[in-house]
Amino acid sequence: MTEEPAQPSRQWLLTLPSLVWLAVFFVIPAILVIVTAFRPADLQGGVGAGWTLATLREVQDPAYLPILWRTIWVSGLTTLVCLALALPMAFQMARVGERMRQVLLLLIVIPFLSNFLIRIFAWKSLLHPEGPLTKLLIGLHLIPENAVLLNHAGTVLLVLVYTQLPFAILPLYAAAEKFDFGLLDAARDLGAGPWRAFSKVFVPGVRRGIISAAVMVFVCCLGQYVIPQMVGGTSDEMLGSKIAQRVFSDRNLPHASALAGGLMLAVLVPMLVVVIWQRLSRKEAA
Amino acid sequence: MKRSWLPALITWGVILFLFAPLVVLVVNSFNASRFGGEWEGFTWSWYEKLWAAEEVWESLWITLRIAVSASLAAMVLGTLAAYALHRFRSWLQNVHHMLITLPLVMPDILMGMSLLALFVLTGVETGLLTIWIAHVTFCLSFVTMVVLGRLQDFDFTLLDAARDLGATQAAAVKKVLLPLLLPGVLAGGLLAFTLSIDDYVITFFVSGPGTTTLPLRVASMMKTSRSLPMINALSTLLIASTFLFAALSSRLQRRA
Repeated sequence: MTEEPAQPSRQWLLTLPSLVWLAVFFVIPAILVIVTAFRPADLQGGVGAGWTLATLREVQDPAYLPILWRTIWVSGLTTLVCLALALPMAFQMARVGERMRQVLLLLIVIPFLSNFLIRIFAWKSLLHPEGPLTKLLIGLHLIPENAVLLNHAGTVLLVLVYTQLPFAILPLYAAAEKFDFGLLDAARDLGAGPWRAFSKVFVPGVRRGIISAAVMVFVCCLGQYVIPQMVGGTSDEMLGSKIAQRVFSDRNLPHASALAGGLMLAVLVPMLVVVIWQRLSRKEAA
Repeated sequence: MKRSWLPALITWGVILFLFAPLVVLVVNSFNASRFGGEWEGFTWSWYEKLWAAEEVWESLWITLRIAVSASLAAMVLGTLAAYALHRFRSWLQNVHHMLITLPLVMPDILMGMSLLALFVLTGVETGLLTIWIAHVTFCLSFVTMVVLGRLQDFDFTLLDAARDLGATQAAAVKKVLLPLLLPGVLAGGLLAFTLSIDDYVITFFVSGPGTTTLPLRVASMMKTSRSLPMINALSTLLIASTFLFAALSSRLQRRA
């Protein structure tokens, strides 16, 4: 390969545009959020002069604890459900023929590309008390006449799973595609049942895919606020809902920043753990 | 050996689950019933109402202008970034790579919130410009990843061959690299365009008066029950264009 002598300057020239853009519009804003948490609020919804620790004390309000707890367990449960559905799907997709595989991929991606709000709206109208699903289920006597399918924790979970599933399927499929299915046949030849072969051979074989799918879904769920706001009840608020409320209803930017800073930590810590773990296991393999 | 039917069953069950709400939406856009609980006859009336709703088309126009300009900017920045990431190995590229991947995993609300903090603290009025900046920022990483994937398949000896045959570096890039890379760049651009049209959360944080993009308009329509059937009609049109887009980009990728 030809490596030009003036390479360092060329490298900088090619790298600078995106580097500067991300520094100005991604890194600096993130730092500003942290800084703002230590500034007092002013009444116009801006940030006052001077420094204060008052906001940090406000954020330690015990009223936030149940919301934090709910955010974590709803995200965790969504991750588990997504994995439970995505694992057999990835398994299936990696085993079918090339044409079928393309069809399945397209079928998964198309709903994923449809507008996010519209997908939530679709569930909202499907689960509406006058909506088709409610009427169908009442007609079949599967739910009581006065059952309400909307606005509770189960609805939030359902719609979260609906919107996050592709994030679990795609990385798992990428891992399953590389999996050597001969191993599975070997396990079956040696007398393992289909479930045993799946759980003891396939699942460990795609564990990298499982980790990245789990982190992807979990992190995406942590920051959600539109779904709990639109299909959940008042007791289904998540951390994101509180951040949005502080920004748009109370217009208290420092308070919102303190919460956002907490969320940032909650997002970065699991990712950091995974990155370090993968580095270590790669070293072990090498 | 007998294969279990369970994975196939789950796969098709999930696909049914993914499509069912969208199918109901499309069907209801032609349903005379307001809530769509029962079929009360075929009608075009929701589409007629939508056609007459000027504010929706105004929002579409704003959205399209932002999506086109943001994805063009992201295509340029992302292609340069991908080229640098692929061509050089250095501490600079390690930092660069980390900066490119972080926005992919950053929850929308944090990105919206931090950009809002930037604009409030620097006194920039929120509006079209701030939305455009936000969209370029989150599209950039996606374009880079798509182009990077393409570059990994690119045979760099072709560039050397062009130079051996007397082409200048600039000519080799222009006549050999860019044409072969173009499908990847366009696929990245299409992805950026879809993401930009779709975005609600980040836009919500950095939008100002008079910059109601289509998702923001849909969100406000969802609050009034009178306009709910109109959303069905609008959604059907959007889903149809998504199908068109998916077909277009898969053809682009196949040709590459």
